[in-house]
Amino acid sequence: MSKKKRRKLYIPGLRFHNLQELRHSASLATKVFIQRDYSDGTICKFLTKFPAELDSRIERSLFEETVKTLNCYYAEAEKIGSQSYLEGCLACATAYIIFLCMETRYEKILKKISMYIQEQNEKIYAPRGLLLTDPIERGMRVIEISIFEDSGSTSSSSTGSSPSSATAQ
Amino acid sequence: MSAVMITRKVTRKWEKLPGKNTFCCDGRVMMARQKGVFYLTLFLIVGTCSLFFAFECPYLAVHLSPAIPVFAVLLFVFVVAMLLRTSFSDPGVLPRALPEEANFIEMEIEAANGNVMAGQRPPPRIKNVQINNQIVKLKYCYTCKIFRPPRASHCSICDNCVDRFDHHCPWVGNCVGKRNYRYFYLFTLSLSLLTIYIFAFNIVHVVLREYRNIFEHVVSLTPHCTVLEVLVCFFTLWSVVGLTGFHTYLISLNQTTNEDIKGSWSGKNRVQNPYSHKNFIKNCCEVLCGPTYPSVLDRRGVMLEDSTRPTPSDASAASTYKSTNPVSQTTKSSAPLIPNEHTPEEAKPSIGAGTQKSTSSPKEEKPPSPTSPNAVAPAVIKESAH
Repeated sequence: MSKKKRRKLYIPGLRFHNLQELRHSASLATKVFIQRDYSDGTICKFLTKFPAELDSRIERSLFEETVKTLNCYYAEAEKIGSQSYLEGCLACATAYIIFLCMETRYEKILKKISMYIQEQNEKIYAPRGLLLTDPIERGMRVIEISIFEDSGSTSSSSTGSSPSSATAQ
Repeated sequence: MSAVMITRKVTRKWEKLPGKNTFCCDGRVMMARQKGVFYLTLFLIVGTCSLFFAFECPYLAVHLSPAIPVFAVLLFVFVVAMLLRTSFSDPGVLPRALPEEANFIEMEIEAANGNVMAGQRPPPRIKNVQINNQIVKLKYCYTCKIFRPPRASHCSICDNCVDRFDHHCPWVGNCVGKRNYRYFYLFTLSLSLLTIYIFAFNIVHVVLREYRNIFEHVVSLTPHCTVLEVLVCFFTLWSVVGLTGFHTYLISLNQTTNEDIKGSWSGKNRVQNPYSHKNFIKNCCEVLCGPTYPSVLDRRGVMLEDSTRPTPSDASAASTYKSTNPVSQTTKSSAPLIPNEHTPEEAKPSIGAGTQKSTSSPKEEKPPSPTSPNAVAPAVIKESAH
């Protein structure tokens, strides 16, 4: 998104121009999981701690911005305010039958999140050989980031990073 | 039924879900395995109300007011809708960790524990998080291979971790958790009102009839059904009204039944409930008027035919993981796990466990009154041998 920082961290020989190329020509090396942040209670929020495995792949600021935006979306979805009251009361008055035909506010925001993640993948992550998975596909427990290597290199390079995985505490 | 039209069979994700749930209507309905008590609940409600509508309502509508049966019908519809919503919806089941995630967590645990001496029991798998200045312990679930989020618990009857687990209710045939707690509460509340309503008008009916009979010197025997209704209502009243009162108390404190039974926030050792807003109205609003959480189990999603896991190279990457960490492997195998009858084998993926699910799919039970109008599944040929 930030146009001024065009310096991309490329591994030599590793160039992916779009998501399709990523899926077809790269092999999965490892996955990193961004855990939930429970400091504010049970609301859906993810830790913004930058994992060590991504150190050489993406700028810290880009990663943090992605996670913070996702956290904002989830906070908006789970906000208890006038809109959620109205929705709840209206639904209760119709014995919740209205939910069979109407999309809830949360579902609308989830669609926005899914589009945002796709956009981020296309613009930022795929060119760096990374792929974000929508948290809803992992039970809203983690943000899974797949790290791809060029098909030519072996996957043994991934093991070098595993012992250094810091505990997310 | 026409074999010509079948191109390929579509497998939906609910068919491969681990756990002991039964699914109906091609994944739209999700319940526990034991449904006998649920049918009893439905029978009692529908039966008693039918008797009321058949025998009492005509008399009351004529002699008192036609609004009485109308209100009873509305209340009855609401009660049944809430019951079916509670019973058929996903309570907030947390899906099990996929192998990569499980491995990642294992590695984190081992990094945190350091080297465990051979023969020594490794420390319990607990994560401490701070919520509102209170330390909350997150336990590791050996079945689901995840650290349970706060307030989640594993239901042994359904064999799932459920978010904001309240209790497993046999009367509704399902767990009560984050997604269906408000429906459960509204069910008990509306059922209390309905029971009181029917009970009251039964008494009124009996009194009116006997008064008329005395006036006209007619001998009458109070109809048997009225007596039956009074009995059912009387016994239901004590249990349901009590339960409603109990849950109102829990909601006002923003606690779950599970936490109340375990005494998690009972106040000893200066432990306070970190989720409570310390305000009755706010707590009620959060539980009853909060957002409607979506189900994270994509029950009706279509499973990809080639494989559910992305690529074969993924499996090879995972195996290189394990082979390069022989120390962690031996530590894991020698460390005695906390015994759990549901602890699956190491290599058994979540898909493999789904074979037990596929046997229950042909047994498609007809739901009493389906909440989804188009209960007939879309044109997916399901006549396939499992």
